[in-house]
Amino acid sequence: MSYVDKFGQMFFAIGLFVVIVALVLLAVGRIGGFRGDRIVGRTFVAPTLIMLAIGLIYPAVLTIFQSFKDASGNSFVGLANFKFIFTDSDELITLRNTAIWTLLTPFVATFIGLIYAVLIDRARIESYAKALIFLPMAISFVGASVIWKFVYDYRPPGAHQIGLLNQILVWLGFAPQQWLLNDPLNTLFLIVVMIWIQSGFAMTLLSAAIKNIPEDMIEAARLDGVYGIRMFRYITIPSIRPTLVVVLTTISITTLKVFDIVRTMTGGSFNTSVIANDFYSQSFRAGNQGLGAALAVLLFVLVIPIVVYNVRQMRASA
Amino acid sequence: MGVRKHKSAAAVAGLATAGLLLTACGGSSSSSSAAGGAASGGSANPACAPYTAFGDIKGKQISVYTGIVAPEDTAQINSYKFFENCTGAKVNYEGNKDFEAQVLVRAKAGNPPNIAIVPQPGLLKQLVATGKAVEPPAQVGTNVDKFWAKDWKKYGTVDGKFYSAPLGANIKSLVWYSPQMFKDAGLAVPTTLDELKSLTDKIANDGKGVKPWCAGIGSGEATGWPVTDWMEDFMLRLSGPDTYDKWVSHAIPFNAPEPTAALDAVGQYLKNPAYVNGGLGDVKSIASTTFQDGGQPILQGQCYMHRQASFYAANWPEGTKVAPDGDVFAFYLPAKDATTKPVLGAGEFILAFSNAPEVQAFQTYLSSDTWANEKAKATPGGGWVSANKGLQRSNLTSPIDQLSYDILQDPKAVFRFDGSDQMPAAVGSNAFWKQATAWITGQSTKDTVDKIEAAWPKS
Repeated sequence: MSYVDKFGQMFFAIGLFVVIVALVLLAVGRIGGFRGDRIVGRTFVAPTLIMLAIGLIYPAVLTIFQSFKDASGNSFVGLANFKFIFTDSDELITLRNTAIWTLLTPFVATFIGLIYAVLIDRARIESYAKALIFLPMAISFVGASVIWKFVYDYRPPGAHQIGLLNQILVWLGFAPQQWLLNDPLNTLFLIVVMIWIQSGFAMTLLSAAIKNIPEDMIEAARLDGVYGIRMFRYITIPSIRPTLVVVLTTISITTLKVFDIVRTMTGGSFNTSVIANDFYSQSFRAGNQGLGAALAVLLFVLVIPIVVYNVRQMRASA
Repeated sequence: MGVRKHKSAAAVAGLATAGLLLTACGGSSSSSSAAGGAASGGSANPACAPYTAFGDIKGKQISVYTGIVAPEDTAQINSYKFFENCTGAKVNYEGNKDFEAQVLVRAKAGNPPNIAIVPQPGLLKQLVATGKAVEPPAQVGTNVDKFWAKDWKKYGTVDGKFYSAPLGANIKSLVWYSPQMFKDAGLAVPTTLDELKSLTDKIANDGKGVKPWCAGIGSGEATGWPVTDWMEDFMLRLSGPDTYDKWVSHAIPFNAPEPTAALDAVGQYLKNPAYVNGGLGDVKSIASTTFQDGGQPILQGQCYMHRQASFYAANWPEGTKVAPDGDVFAFYLPAKDATTKPVLGAGEFILAFSNAPEVQAFQTYLSSDTWANEKAKATPGGGWVSANKGLQRSNLTSPIDQLSYDILQDPKAVFRFDGSDQMPAAVGSNAFWKQATAWITGQSTKDTVDKIEAAWPKS
């Protein structure tokens, strides 16, 4: 297909969309009165609902069905796929890694972001310091993974090191290490990449929340003789609690779904696989649709409680 | 295997950019003469007859979907010009690095291309199983019978029905080495497996501290595949082609004594700290070195030998002379003795999803000797060869292609297709790679073959 064709199709699609919206508006505009308002409301919600049904609910239900089927998706096998996930030795390592990821990343990233936000708050170089830690956010996961792959790169002792970390070791008189080969430490080295990216996100949101703490509240606390660590503990933390929860849960969900970093840096080798990566390789590489779907469903189930908690907290603070 | 095909394609970049310029110049002059002939009544050309026999297909479009991407795609596209000039039909070429996964999705969704270039018999089976593939016209069968060995036709046959004509081929049973280093050390190219072993020992014990072998198996999510090639080569050599076939088709389990012995034999080389990993580190460094980097220490004189397929020719830096008297060259990975010559290789196959006359005409063209020679001429930089018997050696320009050609056409050679490409995807493109990688980083041979056997689909 030539570019002219492609753009032609694109403009045709946009035009069609405009025409349909215009027709809908025209049609509902003719209906007036109280009943009319409800119809107008429903008409506007309908496209979203239809798209959600087609794009989200239908595939989700289909995936849940597939997770009870065999590799080719032809016959039902009951809970066999789930049983496999919780008994196979390699799958158990995948679950273990996912647990390490989700337990470590959100807390460490939020902690670093919080400390940083507090330390640079109202400092003279605040904007520069913020930009510095926020920059990794602008790098895609794949890009960041490629960068860190170089940082961890290994060359034999005596050879010219091209990895930053190993070069530092060599300068200090140690032997270079295979950072990404030795399990389970290698998972921690992958997590560093995620923390590097997510700390900036945590810092930005938390810094904004800290600035929103009412000045008179801080003054009142000062009058009561609260300073330093106690100010942080009794004023700052409670005031920014809703933001903290949002940051923690958002990073948790991102971490549960982590895929790009593992796939780019190790491809899941050396016992570094996580659920999302395994889901992809089972579904699209091993041709095992049932197991792939089961892993996707498991991921979905794991995300639900975090989302529910997040929504509840938002409601409570609203 | 598909993924390795991409990797090779990506890797070809370096060498082939130089070649491409040549392709552009050389190709245009030769094809313009062809175009001229065609313009003045192209169908009158007698070589066109087999394709014009399908009726008037002028102006018809044929879609080709493949994993062969830049820079290798130029030679492919140029090799279709002859057909286009003959018939007036147009070939729309679409390359996608993610071909293996996408073509299945497209076939299942009812949106397959007219023609798919499939690099694995295993994927071919999956595509035929979608029910969307169609059998080729009788002329393709005739061409394949005429120009290809029986084995090749077998790889394009699913459940007794012939679907796919082979296209290109590559040789995996090659060991890269530096002719100069061999000469300086007074070493001779080995002709039996025992000689290979004693040669390796001689290098390891010569006191110069240079390791005989270097290897790298890193390849993103496909990490581990070079080990599967090693194992297949040793399976062929130690147990013979018949047992090899049984192993691939799972008539004997993956953890049977023969495959176990083959992997152990590979371990004598790849897991022997005295033999590897020249210029790259210890045994484990094989797992963290990309396959593209695996053979490079040869150029620095830090390693003597590197077992890798013919397409590795594209991985040498620009300016490297790949020839018997050059910087690097390859020798045939020897058999047990001189009486047999098992050859491990791979290639692509043409699968059609339409029986329209223009598609059938194009399929016939691709299975012919005419195409094979057109393709060779369209690839002046080298890096392409086919097992098509109608291919003329004089059309191949690079010494390594000529070496591959000679091995492929040797009457003594028994060709076997890459085994992991034929195994079910759960093994061939998942468990085999994963466990082979774990094997390099310390897992025992027994655990490795047991785990791969356990991953074999039950039904």
